[in-house]
Amino acid sequence: MNIQAADTNITTDREPKMQARRVNVFYGDTHALKDVNLDIYADEVTALIGPSGCGKSTFLRCLNRMNDTVASCRVKGVMTLDNEDIYSKQVDVVQLRARVGMVFQKPNPFPKSIYDNVAYGPRIHGLARKGDELDEIVFTSLQKAGLWDEVKDRLDTSGTALSGGQQQRLCIARAIAVNPEVILMDEPCSALDPIATAKIEELIDELKGHYAIVIVTHSMQQAARVSQKTAFFHLGNLVEYGDTVEIFTNPQEPKTKDYITGRYG
Amino acid sequence: MSKPEDLEKGSKLPQPTAWKSNEMLKRVKGRYRSEGRFKAMGFAAICAAIIALVLLVGSIFLTGIAGFSQTYVKLDIYFDPAVLEEIQTSSGEDLENAFISANYAKLTQDSLRKLFPEVKSRREVFRLFQFVSPGSRTQLQNIVREDPGVIGKTQSLWILAADDVDMFVKGKISRNVAQSDRKVSDLQIGWIDSLSADGRLVKRFNWRFFSSGDSREPELAGIWGATVGSFYTLLVTLIVAFPIGVLAAIYLEEFAPQNKITDIIEVNINNLAAVPSIVFGLLGLAIFLNVFQFPRSAPVVGGLTLALMTLPTIIIAARAAIKAVPPSIRDAATGLGASPNQVVFHHVLPLSMPGIMTGTIIGMAQALGETAPLLMIGMVAFVVDIPQGIFDASTALPVQIFLWADSPERAFVEKTSAAIIVLLAFLVTMNGLAIWLRQKFERRW
Repeated sequence: MNIQAADTNITTDREPKMQARRVNVFYGDTHALKDVNLDIYADEVTALIGPSGCGKSTFLRCLNRMNDTVASCRVKGVMTLDNEDIYSKQVDVVQLRARVGMVFQKPNPFPKSIYDNVAYGPRIHGLARKGDELDEIVFTSLQKAGLWDEVKDRLDTSGTALSGGQQQRLCIARAIAVNPEVILMDEPCSALDPIATAKIEELIDELKGHYAIVIVTHSMQQAARVSQKTAFFHLGNLVEYGDTVEIFTNPQEPKTKDYITGRYG
Repeated sequence: MSKPEDLEKGSKLPQPTAWKSNEMLKRVKGRYRSEGRFKAMGFAAICAAIIALVLLVGSIFLTGIAGFSQTYVKLDIYFDPAVLEEIQTSSGEDLENAFISANYAKLTQDSLRKLFPEVKSRREVFRLFQFVSPGSRTQLQNIVREDPGVIGKTQSLWILAADDVDMFVKGKISRNVAQSDRKVSDLQIGWIDSLSADGRLVKRFNWRFFSSGDSREPELAGIWGATVGSFYTLLVTLIVAFPIGVLAAIYLEEFAPQNKITDIIEVNINNLAAVPSIVFGLLGLAIFLNVFQFPRSAPVVGGLTLALMTLPTIIIAARAAIKAVPPSIRDAATGLGASPNQVVFHHVLPLSMPGIMTGTIIGMAQALGETAPLLMIGMVAFVVDIPQGIFDASTALPVQIFLWADSPERAFVEKTSAAIIVLLAFLVTMNGLAIWLRQKFERRW
């Protein structure tokens, strides 16, 4: 069974940051995710890989309830953040999304200034009392995102005027600014050229000490480079989950082996 | 994945296509021909449209341009103390009455008789007195009011000529027509010629047209009353239709659940946009006047009625503009923990505002040109006074045009066209503003 496969491969006794237990997702009549069990650990990068339509993005969007915005979507099962069910009625979805930030496939900065892009999250959550504090948050976020040196002289130009790679790092800075505990990244490099991709990967490496990062990627090399844990999805099933090194060198499931060796997908 | 066996199975490979064969060449030629035909038809259609537009605007312009000038006659007015005696002797309230009731017509009449002492018979004298507009009385009254010291002196003044004189001077009445068929008699033509020769007749820019309300006398009639009426009406329309329309659009696009009821509402909004405007007028009559007992002929009722008519336009435009905001922006804000309200009011609405404004301006332009509903709620009255607020009786520009077009006096023809030019100028300005807004704020994601 997949559940066993998912559980047995984990070689740690740490407390997971987020947990998914028997998660099923339906879009109308389509059964998009089937009985997924997955643990996400702080200070680690978890990569979700698999062919298109396998449910990895769906799973990612369940982690901060972005799927709530899709009318036909129903989520069943248990998902926790620090052992608290994120789908329970007591949880405020707005606060959840502040704690579990997200970076999207296509860079989507607001058509506002670079400063306002980063400052937006802290502003709506009231994280900064004074202008100085806000300046400080913007500065640290841009620095963490490795963008400060490139934009420090033009913080008031529009975020949409940056190059694709810079825009994506701006989006990461924007997500960091609300001080999340988990950052979800949905194929963050698929719209970028190799150099910009390398920069983002570098950035992910630097960020992993501070946040739990979950990244969906189509590139197996990328998964191998940046992640510590890898989960392989296929047709809505979590086929295999474990340490990245294990998955890529010694996959237990034949499907995983076929996929990572490029047999299909 | 194709396997080698598949290829062998289809051993009969297709022949290479004969791209140079006669048949093919004919196909190519036919394609070019049909393309050429289509281009020619499209060009012809554009030409037809342009010609129609030029004819329409050109004819209105040619007729209307004369409406912007008016004929004045120079008369030496003797402010006869005998006529104005009461003004000099009375004070207080009596003075006010004296100002109003003084026989100013006598002053112009005396002056005219002095110019043409040979006119003796009663009929001819009567004709002579009709040479100047009745509006001259107000003009003289104002002069005396401003400086009563003028009484007893003679002043050379440019007095507004009557509309028939104006028409003749502008060449709208031909002297080649038999006397019985024209409004200006040979005698009057003689006077006009003699005054012209003296340099006592002149055409001036008609400021009064832009500053006064309606009048039965064409030379006194102006569009300011109707313009102010239109302004108040549109103000009410905007204040009512814009917030309701935008809020409805936001609710339908961002918050409403997708179900049968929303579908029905959507279809009905689209249908509402196609309802003939006179039906909205009847609705306004039935509800605002008969049920709510609002004042008749008032801009507030016209505005509310036009707001009903403009609502669907604004809702449809606003929904399109809101839909055009890319979902990625919504995702970005939602992903940062913005509430649905924050997503709408921080991002979606500001980004769609240019589109909403464009739609609103176009809706307003439609409302400005609308006549039928205003007829139904009584904004078709003869109103001389400039309305002072949204509850005063007034007309609107298109209704004023309708009223003047209905008037028998020859001189109203050019006034009608002149008013149309003004209305068109407003419409072109508004549409230009809409285009400018669209281009200035157009965003590409």
